[in-house]
This record gives sequence, structure tokens and C-alpha cells, in this order.
Amino acid sequence: MNINLTLFGQTISFFLFVWFCMKFVWPPIMQALEERKGKIADGLAAADRGKHEQELAEKRAKELLVEAKREAAEIISNANKRATEIVEESKGDARTEGERIIVAARAEIDKERNLAREALREQVVALALAGAEKVLGKEINAAEHNDYLTKMSAQL
Amino acid sequence: MSSGEPLTSSEYIRHHLTNLTYGQHADGSWGFAHSAEDISEMGFMSINVDSMFFSVALGVLFLWLFRRVAKSATAGVPGGLQNFVEWVVEFIDDSVRGSFSGRNPLVAPLALTIFVWVTLMNTMDLVPIDYLPFIAGQLGIGHLKIVPSTDPNITFSMALSVFFLVLFYSIKMKGLGGFVGELTLHPFGKWGLPANLFLEGVNLLSKPVSLSLRLFGNMYAGEMIFILIALLPWYAQWTLSLPWAIFHILIVLLQAFIFMTLTIVYLDMAHHVEEH
Repeated sequence: MNINLTLFGQTISFFLFVWFCMKFVWPPIMQALEERKGKIADGLAAADRGKHEQELAEKRAKELLVEAKREAAEIISNANKRATEIVEESKGDARTEGERIIVAARAEIDKERNLAREALREQVVALALAGAEKVLGKEINAAEHNDYLTKMSAQL
Repeated sequence: MSSGEPLTSSEYIRHHLTNLTYGQHADGSWGFAHSAEDISEMGFMSINVDSMFFSVALGVLFLWLFRRVAKSATAGVPGGLQNFVEWVVEFIDDSVRGSFSGRNPLVAPLALTIFVWVTLMNTMDLVPIDYLPFIAGQLGIGHLKIVPSTDPNITFSMALSVFFLVLFYSIKMKGLGGFVGELTLHPFGKWGLPANLFLEGVNLLSKPVSLSLRLFGNMYAGEMIFILIALLPWYAQWTLSLPWAIFHILIVLLQAFIFMTLTIVYLDMAHHVEEH
């Protein structure tokens, strides 16, 4: 427990150690720490920026989505409208076509009927003439009674 | 324990408390002291080889370790050792920023050196107390104290170094007149000069004394308790040495921290120019 030269030996080594620490240990470590601090700050700032950008992108995506939905709905409604129109058009076409067919058929029928009527009329005239001939006992001059015959056949 | 014959308890304790001292014997020849009486005969012109060896070795270990990290320190992701060293350095830096208001590039490295070095020296206390002295005994070295901070030379020299730094910066920052004025004109004004000088002188001189004795006393007492525990039968020692060692970890760090913090505070006071 005596105080002796160890006191000076230790003092010398103490100052040498402090000097070495001050010169070669402290500054590089502090520098690295400062640099890391800067890096971390940058990283955090970048992360914030990234987050912000992501938020913007998400907002934009949402807007696009809404727009797309709107457009899709519009397209669908247009298509529906067009489909209805096409159906209506087809219906109209079909109706006119049907009417046309009916009209044509009716004309045909009328024509046939007229033909048949003419034929019948002539047969009736001939029949009537033959009957009259039998009743009168003589020939009827077709030329003489032509006016009358024509009138009669028109009445049939 | 070089002799090999069984020691009594008091011999064992005394043996553990004796440094390996080199100096001039009473008969004029130089050599290692063989007993406490030899050491006191040698007086001041002798040196505690064991304290010097372990303190310097631990200091070199500290500087080597930290220098290795400092050389390869990058701002990238730190490795395990770098992380640890940075943790210590940031801890010291925070302490210095918290307590030291001046601007001096010496203070933080000084605090780092004190903290780590004292911690390492104190940690030697946790090495089982007979290991190294026994090995040394086998090699023919009679005494070995492996905990430098239980040597008052070591603690006093550090405290005196800090004290000289305090004096140096006091005079540098305040001027010789300012420093002398601080010692003589407080707290009673210039008419109470002797009382002022006495009070401030005691105040000033108590700094290195309390600084060194606090560390020395704590570590010496801790070492003493380990020695006493070592006197128990070998199978029972762990019941006391384990709790004491665990508690001692706290003391090891706490004493280093106190030494460092007080150094910072004293230097802060030395830099602090009071307004009148």
C-alpha cells in the first residue's frame, strides 16, 4: 500500500493512452457515427417520400378505377340500348315483311278469285243461253243479244 | 505462495494484499521485495510491477480493440464488435454532452479512456483470485496483485492526472488571476480572504482525494471480501462468491462510471467562467 514510482509510471501511461485515444480512436468512430446518422436520416426521409408517393399512386389508381368503372357502365348501357334498338328494328322489319307477304298473298288471292269469277261468269252465261235456247226452242243469236248478255253477265 | 507450505489465514490474506514490488533493498542491492517489510523499506523509489503490467496491458487491450474498430468503422451496418464499441462511445458522448458545457476535444476521449480502462482494471477483480497468483507462483514470482485499481498508486495517479488537467484548464480558461480570485474571493468577499482560501482550498484538494479513494476503497473492499470468501472450504465458497461476484459487476461498472462522470464534472467546473 506504499506510494511509490508506480504513481508516475501510471500517470505517463494514462496520458499516453488518452493521447492515443484522442488522436486515433475517438475521431474515426465519431465520424462513422455521424455518417451513419446522416444515412439513417436520409433513409428515413426517402422512406417518407416513398410513402407519400405510394399514397399519391394509390389515389391515382383509385381515380382510374372509378373512371374505368364509369366508362364500363357507360359502354354496357350503350350496348344495352343498341341491343334494344336492334331488337326493335328487327321487330319492325319483320312486321313490314309480314305485312308485305300478306298483301302479296291477298293480291294473289284476289287475282285467282277474279279469274275464277270470270270463268264462272262465262260458264253461267253459256248455261243461261243453253237454258234459254231450250225454253225458246230456237237459237238465240248471240250477236243480236250481245248487249243484253253483257249486261246480265255483269250483274252476276 | 511460492514457498508451497500451507499458509495461515492471516498470511494468506497478507500475501494477497502484497504487490510485486521492484526496488532497492536495505542492503543496497536491487531486486523484488519478498515481504511487506521489504516494500516499506524500499520507500518511494520502487515500482509495483504487477500493477503497472496489468494496467498497461489492459490499457493496450482497450486501445487495440477500439483502434481496430476505429480503423474499419463504416457508416454501413456495423458488425458485433463495432456495434459494441459504438454503443460505449455513444454512451460516453451522451454523458459528456450532458455534463460538459464547454468546448474541448480532450474531454470525451479522456472520459472514454477513463471509463473503459477503469472498467477493465476493475473487472480483473472477477478473475478467481488464486488463478494468476498461483501460476505466477509456479513461475517463481512471489507476489501478484492482478487488480490494478486496488493499488492506491494507480487510482491516485489517475486522480492526480485529472487534478492537473483541472488546474491547467482552470488557469487557461480563467487566467491565473481569475483562478486565484476564485480561490480567494469566495464565498465571503475579499475581507474574508483566509477563510475563503481555506474553504476553496479544501474544496479543490478534496477532488483528487475523493476521486481516487472512492475507487480504491471500493475495489479494495471488494477484493478483500473475495479473499475472505476464499478462506472458506472449497465446496462452500460458491454460495458467497457467486452472489458477491454478481453484485460486484455492478460495482465494477458503477465505480468506473462515477470516476468518469466526476472527471467530466470537474473539468466542466474548470471551464466554467463565473460571471460577477
